Amino acid sequence: MATRDSGLADIGTAAARVRGLTRAFDGRAVLDGVDLDIAPGEFVAMLGVSGTGKSTLLRALAGLDREVTGELTVPGTVAVAFQEPRLLPWRRVLANVGLGLRAQDPAAAARRALDEVGLTDRTEAWPLTLSGGEAQRAALARALVREPSLLLLDEPFSALDALTRIAMHRLVLRLWESHRPAVLLVTHDVDEALILADRVLVLASGRIVFSGPVDLPRPRDRDNPGLTELRHRLLTELGVNTEGQ
Amino acid sequence: MPEAADAGLATLQEGRDEAAGLTSVAIDGPYTGPKPAAAARRRRHRGWYRLISPVAVVALWQLLSSAGLIPADKLPPPTTVWHTAVSLVTSNSPAYGTLQHAMLVSLERMAVGFTVGGSIAVLLALVAGLSRLGENAVDPLLQIVRMLPLFGLIPVFIVWFGIGELPKIILIALGAAIPLYLNTFAGIRGVDAKLAEVGRVQRLTRAETIRHIVLPGALPQALTGLRQSLGVAWLALVVAEQVNANAGLGFMISQATQFLRNDVILVALAVYAVLGLITDALVRLLERRALAWRRGILG
Repeated sequence: MATRDSGLADIGTAAARVRGLTRAFDGRAVLDGVDLDIAPGEFVAMLGVSGTGKSTLLRALAGLDREVTGELTVPGTVAVAFQEPRLLPWRRVLANVGLGLRAQDPAAAARRALDEVGLTDRTEAWPLTLSGGEAQRAALARALVREPSLLLLDEPFSALDALTRIAMHRLVLRLWESHRPAVLLVTHDVDEALILADRVLVLASGRIVFSGPVDLPRPRDRDNPGLTELRHRLLTELGVNTEGQ
Repeated sequence: MPEAADAGLATLQEGRDEAAGLTSVAIDGPYTGPKPAAAARRRRHRGWYRLISPVAVVALWQLLSSAGLIPADKLPPPTTVWHTAVSLVTSNSPAYGTLQHAMLVSLERMAVGFTVGGSIAVLLALVAGLSRLGENAVDPLLQIVRMLPLFGLIPVFIVWFGIGELPKIILIALGAAIPLYLNTFAGIRGVDAKLAEVGRVQRLTRAETIRHIVLPGALPQALTGLRQSLGVAWLALVVAEQVNANAGLGFMISQATQFLRNDVILVALAVYAVLGLITDALVRLLERRALAWRRGILG
C-alpha cells in the first residue's frame, strides 16, 4: 500500500511528491518505480503512448487507486477533470458544480465558477443538453470551485473537436493563471503539451524517461520555431521517427 | 397545415438566433435550440392515431356479429357488452351487485397489496443494493421466492391464511414485490462506476453518494420495475379474486361463468384492462416528471 501523507512539513512545498510508485495489473507492472515532484503552481504535461500507465499514475494521485505501492504525498486539495465530463445527468449544471462543496455558500461559489468558464447562462440546464465543450467546461468549473492545490486533467480535451479544443486550451491557461494550482495534464497530444505546460514528461515502460522544461512565454503558437527541437525530441522519446525512414 | 409548419420554422429560427447570441464568445455553442412548437404538437397528436386500430377492430367485431358470423352466445357484440355495462352500473343485480362496487373492492385489494409489496420490495432492494452483507442476506431468498410459481402458492395460502382477504393481499403483494425488487436492486448495482468515482474525487460522504449518485442513477430502472410490478399485481388480483371471493370483479366473473353470461365476463375484463391502462399511464407520467433530465436524449 502506498503511504498517503497529508502533512506539509516533511515534503517542503511540493504540490505532489511521488517516490518509487509501482502498480501491477495481473503481475504486469504498468508503473514501475515512478519518481515525480510537482511544484506548487507548476503546469506539468505527461505524454506517453497508450497503455503506458499515464492514467494509472493520475488515478493514483487522485486517490482512486488503492492498490499502488510506493510513496505518494499530496498535501492539499486535489481535483480531477476526466476525459469524459462525468456530470451527473440528473442534477442541473449548478448542482453538479456544487456537488460535495463545503463552502459557506456553495451555490454562490458554483455560480462564480460557472461565470469563469463562460457558462453563466447554462446554470439551470440539464447536462445532457450541453454540447461537448460546454460539458467539459462545466467539469472544469466543478474541479476549480474546490480551489485545488493540485488539478489533475486526464485527457480532458481529447474528445472535443479541433476548434473547441483550441478554445479550451486558452480557457485552461486563463484559469490556471488566475488560480495557480499545480496541474498535471495527461495527454497524448505533443502539441497540446508544448502549448500549455511548464514542463513536459514522457512516461514509457512504467517510468518517466524524459523530463524537460518548455522555456517560452505564453501564449505559444504551435508553429513557434522554439518548440521544434523539443517536439522532435518528444516524438523520438515516444517512438515516432520524425526524420523519415 | 402550412400555418403550423411556418410557426414551427419561425420558432426554430428564433432558437438559432438565441443560440448564436449565447455563443458570441465561445466557439462551441449549444447544438440544440429550443424544440420547435410544431414538433411538440405533432407528438401530442400522435396519441390519437394510436386509437385507429383498436377502434377498427371493435367496428369489425360489431360488423361480423351483426352479419351473424360470430355466434352471440360465444362472443356477444360490442353493443350488447355496452348495454350490459350500463345496466350493471345503474341497477344492483342480486347475482353481481353493481359494477362500481365490484370495482372499488378490487381496487382496494390492489392498492393495499401493491403498497405493502412495493414498500417491502424497495426496502429490501436498498438493503441488498447498498451493502454486500445485505446482498448476501436478502438476495438469495428473493431469488428463491422469484422462482416459486406465484399461483402455485394459492393452495398453500388458503391452508395458511384461509379464504378471506389476507391470502389475496399476500398474493398481490408478492406479485408486485418481485419485479420491483429485481429492477431496483439491478438499478442500484448498475450505477455508472465512473460517476461513483466522481463521488470519491469530490469527497462525498456515503450518505451524499447514495443521495446524489446511487438513488437517482437507479431510478430509471426502478420505474421500469414499477411498471412490470403493476402488470403482475393486476394479474395476481384477477387470479386471487376468482378463488373464493364474495365481492369484486373476479367474483363477478366467476358468478357470470355459472350463469353463462359472457357479456358480464367481458365487461369485468374490460374494467380490469382499463384500470391497468390507467395505472400504467400514471407511472409513465411519474417517469416523465422524475426523469425530466433525460428529455435531452429522448426528445
